[in-house]
Amino acid sequence: MGTLEGKVAFITGAARGQGRSHAIRLAEEGADIIAIDIAHDIETMQYALATPDDLAETVRQVEALGRRIMATQADVRDFDAVKGAVDAGVAEFGRLDIVVPNAGIMGFARVEDFTEDAWANMIAINLTGVWHAVKASIPHVRAGGRGGAIILTSSTYALMGAPNAGGYVAAKHGVVGLMRTLALELAPEFIRVNTVAPTVVDTTMVQNEAIYSLFAPELPPEERTPEVIYPRFQGLNAMPIPFVEPRDVSNAVAWLASDEARYVTGINLSVDAGAVLK
Amino acid sequence: MGQLEGKVAFITGAARGQGRSHAVRFAREGADIIALDVAETLPTIGYPGATEADLAETVRLVEEAGGRIHATKTDVRDYAAVKATVDEGVDRFGRLDIVSANAGIFSVGRAEELTSEQWNEVIDVNLTGVWKTCKAAIPHIRAGGRGGSIVLTSSISGMKADPNFGHYIASKHAVVGLMQTMALELAPEFIRVNTVNPTNANTPMIRNEMTDALFAPDLAPEERTEEALRPRFSSVHAMPIPWVEPEDVTEAVLWLASDASRFVTGIQLPVDGGRNTRN
Repeated sequence: MGTLEGKVAFITGAARGQGRSHAIRLAEEGADIIAIDIAHDIETMQYALATPDDLAETVRQVEALGRRIMATQADVRDFDAVKGAVDAGVAEFGRLDIVVPNAGIMGFARVEDFTEDAWANMIAINLTGVWHAVKASIPHVRAGGRGGAIILTSSTYALMGAPNAGGYVAAKHGVVGLMRTLALELAPEFIRVNTVAPTVVDTTMVQNEAIYSLFAPELPPEERTPEVIYPRFQGLNAMPIPFVEPRDVSNAVAWLASDEARYVTGINLSVDAGAVLK
Repeated sequence: MGQLEGKVAFITGAARGQGRSHAVRFAREGADIIALDVAETLPTIGYPGATEADLAETVRLVEEAGGRIHATKTDVRDYAAVKATVDEGVDRFGRLDIVSANAGIFSVGRAEELTSEQWNEVIDVNLTGVWKTCKAAIPHIRAGGRGGSIVLTSSISGMKADPNFGHYIASKHAVVGLMQTMALELAPEFIRVNTVNPTNANTPMIRNEMTDALFAPDLAPEERTEEALRPRFSSVHAMPIPWVEPEDVTEAVLWLASDASRFVTGIQLPVDGGRNTRN
């Protein structure tokens, strides 16, 4: 008997990385999944986003666990599309208990060098997209009258500054403020709201040339190998590891989503190998 | 397969309340338990302390849950006795993986009214007792070479203040500082250190006449019924609950103790119905 048996979870950014891992982990615990992902590139990005094939692979892996999944290609910047996906999922599965606004992008530039478009996308996806997902979901969670759990994906960078990541840092700080407000607004209905704050996670969002250049700006591209980059990732963490795995973050999400955390709300749960402390 | 199969956990303040809840749940998840409790009513606390019968009941419950347990009547202020208990337990069970430094006491008084005896007892048990617990345990965890998890019991009072128990607030804030330091010191060995920060839990330390008076100073003692008190206890939370159960805190400690949190260190984990988000 899983800890989420009979529940339904809505996950954004579910085509790969942490989002796919969350979908699989929550499905392992018995949840059915409503999933969205933009599943195409956007202009201002310095790395490739997920594809429809990635989203199909998430569907395959959730179904292989015997759970149901409704996956839609939708952009969290488009509220109507987000709402349409959630509404359709709830119509199919009959309820909504868990919301995991996970979709996020990383972009780099010194604050004064951000273009207006790049800045706008960082905030639109990483902050406003989270609000869209929550806004579309809350009426459904409320309608169940059984409480619920909302877990926003924040970051170590929600708790500290980071040169060259100002848009990301600002958006993720914003997510924590949004979480704290939602926690207070929804506590009377036993709808809990928390953030999970990972350090570097071994996903495509960090395993790309743009991030590697950020961590080794003094080296030519061909010398930016994992052997060089991983110790620099590790320098962020107190524990001697370069990154955590998506599943480590999913374990935190699964715990916060479960009734084991029934009175846990308004908290930031770091999965960061001590990075914030360090 | 339990989440703590084959592991050994050392728990202080295990005679009742949260400590007992941790011990029984950990045993159900496959751990053997090293337990201690002062099992006395200390002079300055304003409520009855645990008893030897309470500690014996924890032993019974752990064994009923399928675990082995080494339990002693020991005061966390007595380092030699704490160390002896841990050493004996490790001798018997062969290893140490998890520490729950849980023993704590509570009393009330405005800062200028607290006696030195009150101050010292709370600091000695809630802060120095935690340090002695860790000091005695760390060499055994290190010796295993498998990493480990240390969970210190702080409190919502480790994150924010309330009037009328400054010594308790100071002790629980200090526990957070100790946790952060140990997290950095032990991270290279994969020994994780975190705090759990509960709000009021439904245990004898909180559910007593002294604490009732704190929440209802305007009512006569006979008027301090559960019905009258529940809304007042609830008023500090965001969720409409008066307190959490010991088992709710245990779930958080268990998660931090388990490999599900293998890269979680240096964090405070509130179990507080949203109290930390309120001013």
